[in-house]
Amino acid sequence: METKISISLNDFRTETRAWLEANCPASMREPVKDPFDLFWGGRNAKFISEDQRLWFECMLEKRWVVPYWEAKYGGAGLTPDENNVLTQEMTRLGCRKPLYSFGISMLGPALLKFASEDQKLHYLPQIVEGKIWWCQGYSEPNAGSDLASLQTKAIDKGDHYEITGSKVWTSYADKSDWIFCLVRTDFEATKHNGISFILIDMASEGVSTRPIKLISGKSPFCETFFDGVKVPKENLIGNLNEGWTIAKHLLTHERQMIGGIGETDVKKEVHSIALENLPVNNGLISDSILRNQISDFEMNEEIFDLTIQRVTDEAKTGNNSGALSSFFKFYGTELNISRHELLMAIGGSEALFWGENEKSDGDLARKFCRSKGNSIEGGTSEIQLNIISKLILGLPTK
Amino acid sequence: MALIITEEQKMLKDSASELFTAKAPVSQMRELRDTQYTPFDQSLWEEMVAMGWTALTVPESYNGLDFGFIGLGQILEEAGKNLSKSPLTSSILLGASALRLSDNEALKIRSFPGVMKGTSQLAFAIQEGKYHQTTSFKTQAVLEGENYIINGSKTIVIDGTTANQLVVVCQLDANINLFIVDANSKGISISKKILMDAGTYADITFKNVKVPAENQLNIKLEGRLLLDHLMAIAYAGISAELLGICKQAFDVTIQYLKERQQFGVVIGTYQSLQHRAAILFSEIELCKSIVLKALQAIDNNDPKALKYAHLAKAKLGKTVKLVTNEAIQLHGGIGVTDDADIGFYLKRARVAQQLFGDYNYHLDQLAKLKGY
Repeated sequence: METKISISLNDFRTETRAWLEANCPASMREPVKDPFDLFWGGRNAKFISEDQRLWFECMLEKRWVVPYWEAKYGGAGLTPDENNVLTQEMTRLGCRKPLYSFGISMLGPALLKFASEDQKLHYLPQIVEGKIWWCQGYSEPNAGSDLASLQTKAIDKGDHYEITGSKVWTSYADKSDWIFCLVRTDFEATKHNGISFILIDMASEGVSTRPIKLISGKSPFCETFFDGVKVPKENLIGNLNEGWTIAKHLLTHERQMIGGIGETDVKKEVHSIALENLPVNNGLISDSILRNQISDFEMNEEIFDLTIQRVTDEAKTGNNSGALSSFFKFYGTELNISRHELLMAIGGSEALFWGENEKSDGDLARKFCRSKGNSIEGGTSEIQLNIISKLILGLPTK
Repeated sequence: MALIITEEQKMLKDSASELFTAKAPVSQMRELRDTQYTPFDQSLWEEMVAMGWTALTVPESYNGLDFGFIGLGQILEEAGKNLSKSPLTSSILLGASALRLSDNEALKIRSFPGVMKGTSQLAFAIQEGKYHQTTSFKTQAVLEGENYIINGSKTIVIDGTTANQLVVVCQLDANINLFIVDANSKGISISKKILMDAGTYADITFKNVKVPAENQLNIKLEGRLLLDHLMAIAYAGISAELLGICKQAFDVTIQYLKERQQFGVVIGTYQSLQHRAAILFSEIELCKSIVLKALQAIDNNDPKALKYAHLAKAKLGKTVKLVTNEAIQLHGGIGVTDDADIGFYLKRARVAQQLFGDYNYHLDQLAKLKGY
């Protein structure tokens, strides 16, 4: 039995490799330098090149934009093992994702679990086809770590809700077509029990956005304002006032994304960068303190990757705790921050260069600054530690 | 290959847990210590032999079980949790592995049966100074007719006073050779040393000790290669024990945080302590992965086995220090009393993280392996 499965999986690998080699244009195998090297879809979708259009269209036809979704939702219904093979082969060849979308990584899994069948059939294929650019409306100016205290309100107006309030850290809100949003629908209930999950068309009257500049410079983050926005009732996902359950589920996916699970780009090893930059004596990096720090970092980095593998393998046998995503988010982002600290130390004074052209200058320094947000966005490290201590370790609350 | 243990390996782990918690819990270790530092309980050892654990890593062709090092690692982890004392590390993890790696057929056929029966116990003599290293040795072997003559001295030999056979690492010109030496040979003097873990170790000097050439472990095989493979097994095996120590010291501490009351609440409600606990949890998650990977690499003859073993010993050395230090601190005053068991974990951790190289040593080796 075991052999039979692995033989057919091997066949799948051979076919997949051949197909990718034949269909993925050379320029779509080059590393992504900028998020906008990727295709984001949306109402105003633009391909940056003919190759990008070709690549998206043939992956769409192959149903491999979201290969693991069922056929009726636009996927190819690949098994987790087949999907792993496809991901591995795409990584091996350096193939870019044909479509980059929060619809795939965040909203999709939530819809699959909580939406009605009609809603799934309506929204999921549109995600696959890249017709809608989705953004996420969670945090508010006064609801960060304490997300459940959010105050954006949805008032029942009979056939629709009227939404008023503001969201912050809405990535790419200025470019998005729709937003999936947490809103307060019950002001009497305890804070976790009065929240609903709703989808809002950004083209509706009363929606406006303002970009947020970060310490690293220009950013995809925005503030989004809702001023008496009318939203049809059928846009509600799941039950009224049960949005917190959806939010928690979705945050698990977000945490895994930020923590680096399923990341396909191969990062250059820190020690190779160090060898190119630092003085070397008898084959050893002369700065022995920095050498130790690099070795310690690479030890943790390699073992963290093994841990992703172990937990993924355990999940297949049913031994897994969803709260582990908090551990991955915490550890993965702290590692990334250490990586940038080391790269700055290795780069010396050259790493400090900022420059005037944000797109081409100051890459190291800007990424260093940007990494400081990793342990904050998607739930701070401290929130993750809270979750671990309560949900995994069972430590009591007062 | 999936990074999980199989059902059979899980069953072995469970039976190890059962035996150690029933027959060799921490209280027994305390008792042994308080009875003139008795090295181990002979009846426990006999039971371990009866369960087949001494044959676990011996190839089938020598009537062993050939169950693999992941299996042995599960037992060592459970031993670590209970601080159970036995010659499993000295005679099986180290001694039997030296034999397993040997290309001296006659010696293997002659030695394996006694080792599996537990009647012959091996001890591994490698370290000479204060620190672990594998580059070169001062203990010399010189060929004289049919025999080798060994001169030199070894230290911190685990179970060196109770073993009847010694695996001795020697320098022979530019090469490294390993021998099995009868512990009663003329010219050997053994002095007992009790370390902070209440374990029995030995300083051993060799003065013109005559060893028959047929006791050489490496014949055509390069001694350096045999030693590298043996060290990968040693690093991974000790790491498995360290993982058990980490897990148990952590579990005991979490339990304490849930019970101990101060200021009218259990102290586990304090966020400053919760976060420290959550950080320990995270580090132990990493430890689980690398210990399994290192053991798996040995079973699969992975060419990267030595690298994974270094990674394991580096990570576990660092983590066990963090976990046991935090365990003492989070226990407060009771943690530094001899009445509490948690101190035993600190002491065993301190010894085991030093055995065969500490965090610094392995971190340095890892950097060298990668060419920096």
